[in-house]
Amino acid sequence: MVFDPLSQDAVACRGVAKVWAAGTARAHEALRDIDLTVRPGEFVVFLGPSGCGKSTLLYLIAGLEAASGGELLAFGTPVTGPSPERSLIFQETSLLPWLSVWQNVSFGLSLKGVPEAERRSVARMALQRVGLAEAFDKRPDELSGGMRQRVAVARALAMRPKVLLMDEPFAALDVQTRQKMQDFLLDVWRDSGASVLFVTHHIDEAVALADRVVVFTARPGRIKTIVRNDLARPRDPFSPEAEAMRRHLTELLRDEVDRAFAEQEALV
Amino acid sequence: MAVDLARAAVPHVRPRAPFGQRLALPDGFVPLLQRTGWMLVSVGCFAGLWELLWALGIADAKLLPPPHIFLGNLAEQARFFNTAQRWQIGTGMNAGPSPAMAVLITVLASTGRVLAGLALAATLSILVGVAIRYVVLFERLTLPTITLLAPVSPIAWLPVAIFMFGIGNAPAIFMVFIALFFTMVLSTIHQIDGVNRNYINVARTMGASKRQIYARVIVPAILPGLLAVLRLNLFGAWMVVLVAEATGVGYGLGQVIMLARNTFNPSLVFFTITLIGLLGFAFDLLFRLVQRRMLYWLPRDAGSSLGL
Repeated sequence: MVFDPLSQDAVACRGVAKVWAAGTARAHEALRDIDLTVRPGEFVVFLGPSGCGKSTLLYLIAGLEAASGGELLAFGTPVTGPSPERSLIFQETSLLPWLSVWQNVSFGLSLKGVPEAERRSVARMALQRVGLAEAFDKRPDELSGGMRQRVAVARALAMRPKVLLMDEPFAALDVQTRQKMQDFLLDVWRDSGASVLFVTHHIDEAVALADRVVVFTARPGRIKTIVRNDLARPRDPFSPEAEAMRRHLTELLRDEVDRAFAEQEALV
Repeated sequence: MAVDLARAAVPHVRPRAPFGQRLALPDGFVPLLQRTGWMLVSVGCFAGLWELLWALGIADAKLLPPPHIFLGNLAEQARFFNTAQRWQIGTGMNAGPSPAMAVLITVLASTGRVLAGLALAATLSILVGVAIRYVVLFERLTLPTITLLAPVSPIAWLPVAIFMFGIGNAPAIFMVFIALFFTMVLSTIHQIDGVNRNYINVARTMGASKRQIYARVIVPAILPGLLAVLRLNLFGAWMVVLVAEATGVGYGLGQVIMLARNTFNPSLVFFTITLIGLLGFAFDLLFRLVQRRMLYWLPRDAGSSLGL
């Protein structure tokens, strides 16, 4: 077989399952039978009610947690642990508060022992790409929430990832900032050519960002359906097509949210 | 609506510029001045009450001499700060440092013991705490014993200190160390467990080794909590060192207190207590300055780092 990186899926899940605290009384099935492939450069959004395991799947792909079953590949290689190729961006700020912005951005390089001059230049370029060149010497607590998340994106980009994993990265931001951040993310995505896997429970974000939307069922998390989102970019959130997509996703989600509610009530 | 009305009812007065700005004083100087002022008022009230009780004849000057008596004659008090080791053969009764010098030596001796014990306890407890979380076997071998010994009162270690080190500096330092070590190990472990998972996960996705995660993420992340614990233990260290010194280490503030007790000298007791209080206060102030330096990344108002 000839190895051709372009024909390879960025991420491939085959029958992936995850059970937390397996074998104990508190065992809890988070994910069941996940089959999914993500092409290089594709923007995929995971959409589902809270607690449906979409973030868990992201952590499995990142290699931070081990799957309980199935097969998980990144560019044809089994995922056995974290890798700088797959950068994860967290919901809440994850910048190290004792490091300055540029030191945060080049943290991964410093772990590898890259000399300071080179780290500074990589950090400067990455910060320029997220439009925060002037924050180079600042400390994280001097930045706003949106700026901090942009620094987190710069830090991920400094590692030249092939896959960007984003766990509700804009959830803690206000609506206006979030919209700005979506435009910003689309620019970064186009520049970098990386695949993006983006977890959210906001339908608007799925409509605005995704090539494909993976809709999850609740408890255990399974893929309910995968919706193609072929709206032309740049997207107008108020176009009739966007409206239709929003309605379609809302209906798909409503069943799951209803079911999750019914289960919670049954528990009470 | 009600709020709007209430606000409208307040007449519009142009706020006066804060005191410090009108005088063009450096930032933070006025609050410091205010805090110092309140401190003087607080101590002054306490001393004043005492003096009043003495003036009214309620506080007996032989048992509870008021501040103007025990602070009135420093030379008289300093006589009892014996550092000359006059019991040694060939040393004359009047040999040795001047009284003021003797007080200084005594204070420095006690301070040195506290510092040595603190430094030793802080260093070793962080090392042991990190090692416990780093190596599972080490945890299994040591943690149960440490947990068992943590609640033992430092006073119970006093005979052990004397058995092991006799008299001198070593048992006093050992006492400070032992009083802090076990609780600080447990606290280190607790801090490690409380480190934000995101910090660790970020390092992991960037390819950090376990050693790097500990050195570059966990240790800096637990530093603020550890310094806070260390500061709380500062006063504990001062208490313990007095007990240790009372057993005879040559000289020290604890020994002076013991001497005052044995010779029934209340003035000397209160004089020494004043010294210890001032020292503890100065230590705490100094420590907070160091803390602020070391934890440069924390916002200044966090934990009111200079709230006298």
